[in-house]
Amino acid sequence: MGIFDTIIYVLSWVSILSGSAFLIIGAAGIIRFPDFWSRLHAASVIDSAGMALLLLGMMLQAGLTLITVKLFFIGLFLIITGPTSTHAVANAALVSGSRPLGDDSSPTITPEQVAEAVTQTPDPIEEEPSKL
Amino acid sequence: MEHHLILRVITKILIAPIILFAFYVQFHGDFSPGGGFQAGIIMAVAFILYGLVFGLRQCKSVLPDWLVHRIMALGVLLYAGTGVAGLIAGGNFLDYSVLAQNPITGQHNGILIIELGVGVTVAAVMISIFYAFAGRPPRISDEDW
Repeated sequence: MGIFDTIIYVLSWVSILSGSAFLIIGAAGIIRFPDFWSRLHAASVIDSAGMALLLLGMMLQAGLTLITVKLFFIGLFLIITGPTSTHAVANAALVSGSRPLGDDSSPTITPEQVAEAVTQTPDPIEEEPSKL
Repeated sequence: MEHHLILRVITKILIAPIILFAFYVQFHGDFSPGGGFQAGIIMAVAFILYGLVFGLRQCKSVLPDWLVHRIMALGVLLYAGTGVAGLIAGGNFLDYSVLAQNPITGQHNGILIIELGVGVTVAAVMISIFYAFAGRPPRISDEDW
């Protein structure tokens, strides 16, 4: 094993271990944080840093093979879908009237305004065929 | 502005790769993890995602009820037909070895067709279960029980 291989090996394990550390931090945050919004924030650490570092570590382990290409596509898929699902969850929470802890000031958007905005867009299951 | 604009755009981007991945899992299933069941589910997920985001009515205009039911039957027919083809060619039911001159080629083709039948059936059944749940009336009043 040459010096180059050793460097790649060490780098891959560094990113796998730090990615795992981010996963543990995110998991602890999901359990320990007090309300929905801060938990969502903790989960985003898993989505971004943990996923990216773990995939990078596995790519370095695999080298220039088909597995690396597959891992790259998995990463691409997660980069697209992760924020989208977070958006959907946060949007649903906002619409249902959930507000962050300690937000005693009157919100810039009241739940009534949000509900009004949503009722203008009918439920997808019930609505007429969209033009989009 | 459309309230679910982000979901609609992302859905449009994702549906084609999901269907492509379903075909990959389907036809690469004899060399790698996968096969008919998984591919059928993934294929159905593409249509279910479309139905969730764009509306059941639009999804049914792409894939109407009668077509789903016929696809379901077609998959089972493909499966059973392969078995009967083995019988006709002189083997047992679902005996792939007699389907071609070379037994190895016969087994290869046989398992491919069988898995295609399974995948088609699973996809159609999943879509029709989604239709049944999504198309139910939104509320049931006490008198309806």
